[in-house]
Amino acid sequence: MPENPTLAQRVLRHQLLWPVLALLVLLAVNVIAKPAFLDVRMQDGHLYGNVIDIMRNSAPVMLVALGMTLVIATRGIDLSVGAIAAIAAAVACTRIIGAADEAALSTAVMAMTYAIVVCIVLGAWNGLLVSVLGIQPIIATLILMVAGRGISMAITDGQITTVNNPWFSDLASGFVLTLPLAFLVAVGMVVFTALLTRRTALGMLIEAVGINPEASRLAGVRARTIIWTVYAFSGLCAGLAGLVIAANTNSVNANSLGLWIELDAILAVVIGGTSLMGGRFSLAGTFVGALFIAALARTIPNIGIPSEVNYLFKAVVVIAVCLLQSPKARALLRVRRPGAPTLANGVTA
Amino acid sequence: MSAITVPPSSDRASTWDRVRTYRPPNRYLPIIATAALFVGLFGVGGMRYDGLTDPQVLLSLLIDNAFLIVLGVGMTFVILTGGIDLSVGSVVALSTMIAAKTLELGWSPYASMAAVLATGTLLGLLMGLLIHYFDIQPFIATLAGLFLARGITYLISVESISIKDPTFTELAFRTVYLGDYYVRWTAIIALATVAVAAYVLARTRFGRTVYAIGGNEASAMLMGLRVAATKVGVYVISGFCAALAGLLFSLYILSGNSLHAIGMELDAIAAVVIGGTLLTGGRGYVIGSLLGVLVLGIIKTLISFDGTLSSYWIRIITGVLLLAFVIVQRFATRRRA
Repeated sequence: MPENPTLAQRVLRHQLLWPVLALLVLLAVNVIAKPAFLDVRMQDGHLYGNVIDIMRNSAPVMLVALGMTLVIATRGIDLSVGAIAAIAAAVACTRIIGAADEAALSTAVMAMTYAIVVCIVLGAWNGLLVSVLGIQPIIATLILMVAGRGISMAITDGQITTVNNPWFSDLASGFVLTLPLAFLVAVGMVVFTALLTRRTALGMLIEAVGINPEASRLAGVRARTIIWTVYAFSGLCAGLAGLVIAANTNSVNANSLGLWIELDAILAVVIGGTSLMGGRFSLAGTFVGALFIAALARTIPNIGIPSEVNYLFKAVVVIAVCLLQSPKARALLRVRRPGAPTLANGVTA
Repeated sequence: MSAITVPPSSDRASTWDRVRTYRPPNRYLPIIATAALFVGLFGVGGMRYDGLTDPQVLLSLLIDNAFLIVLGVGMTFVILTGGIDLSVGSVVALSTMIAAKTLELGWSPYASMAAVLATGTLLGLLMGLLIHYFDIQPFIATLAGLFLARGITYLISVESISIKDPTFTELAFRTVYLGDYYVRWTAIIALATVAVAAYVLARTRFGRTVYAIGGNEASAMLMGLRVAATKVGVYVISGFCAALAGLLFSLYILSGNSLHAIGMELDAIAAVVIGGTLLTGGRGYVIGSLLGVLVLGIIKTLISFDGTLSSYWIRIITGVLLLAFVIVQRFATRRRA
């Protein structure tokens, strides 16, 4: 790589190039199909429009994908996020219904806090299985993926529980500074995590664990604590996502809430350029990836295809992204970030 | 000097000693554990609920879980190579939909079945090729398969289509009597699949290569085994089994629906794990997966016999069992890790 790449070279080599391009293409397709697609209008002090809807709808996937990014960076995977989201929603909704004053602000805050604590505990449980017992991540989290919806149904007693709390529903439909609150919460979490991982050594330590847990442990990284923390964090993010989804409908259906969100989140992470092999991650990429998935969900009905068919498009995207990431294609594109792999080599040598 | 210790008993161990110190070969322990669990659950259930000990309950277990047994067989092959197949639930849904739609269009039932089996096999082949030749993780390639199959299912129809074809309905309800008891053809097909798979794994070159890849893929490659063909082959088998399971499932519920079989891949994986197959690959038997399906089935039966427990307990208990078996596996293989 030359010492001073030109701006064009830097743009072409930037790892966000492909996800951003994909998102722009998607928006262009929409504008061609319906020229008014990008229109945003002001109404009652809020912004309205397709773009705003995409932002709001991207919040749950963005939150889940944020936690998933860090988990994947440690060479793990968290399949239980959908189930954790369902549990968070179930806990929050049953707490709200059981409260003395169902519509009070304090009720909503207490219920959400309670749900988030439960989710952190569930995430820590996954972390325990992975880091202490040494079970493969895909299997360790599969356990909660299988059992979680059962637990969520046990909490709601198998019923679709509907709540009536304006503060709670604001989490999904509220606006702050003319922008949807759910989107701002998700962006806030992304920014907070980015600062935490990139302004401290935490991000590098997570990547070190992902490259080689044993080597990083020998180098003095507390790999076990880091793995445990990222799973707990993933649980927290999944819980937040579950609350946003539940707030959107003011109800919880343990069977369907967050169904396949783990797959969407993995998709967002992969689109964003984070390698499934672990060892490097891009929060900005995940952010764009989540926007892409929300935009895709809106594009398909917009161009006149039944919205259920979006699974087909997701499959095409997964395959395309994976082929782009496969070693042959990657060597052609040279999108690999130098530096990170040499750390592991240095440690193990 | 310390006191003289008691000398060991005579060189020739008594029969009791041989019984006492008998240890079955390690590799059979997981299957024995699963079989014991099944017998235990059945015994406890038999004591608590009248009518559970009727042999027909056991046969019904086979009938009701025929499709899951076939799915478990395919999944066993994949997991033995150290892979995973997340697409099988969607392929089952797709199969029911293709069967229902082609029959609605007036195809002959045999052409319809052939179309279903061909589609599943082709999907498996595509995923296998992606996994082997492009080095895409099995998890992510089969995830794409999951989306693809579910997407095609929705593309065919978002509505449920019922199956009224006389050949299908006759196949679905045709029974084979064993004295006073009966099984359906679907159960016999499932057991035949298990038998064929067990033979292939135990007695053929392909089967030995499957175990070798699961043990160590690089070694298998260096030994000159046909790694590429075998690795693609297990996904083809899994795709075929998923399509066959889809056919059995469409015989079971006589309709095609894009919402069928959501999460069924989890049941299949759980059955394989509970059946003692190592998730890291290389060790396990199809017969274990059959037992795993039966354990999951008997839990469902017990819960329905009980009547006071809600159906969601099935999921929770499955999760707990999965946890127990995974932890036992982990400690059993700790030395290897």
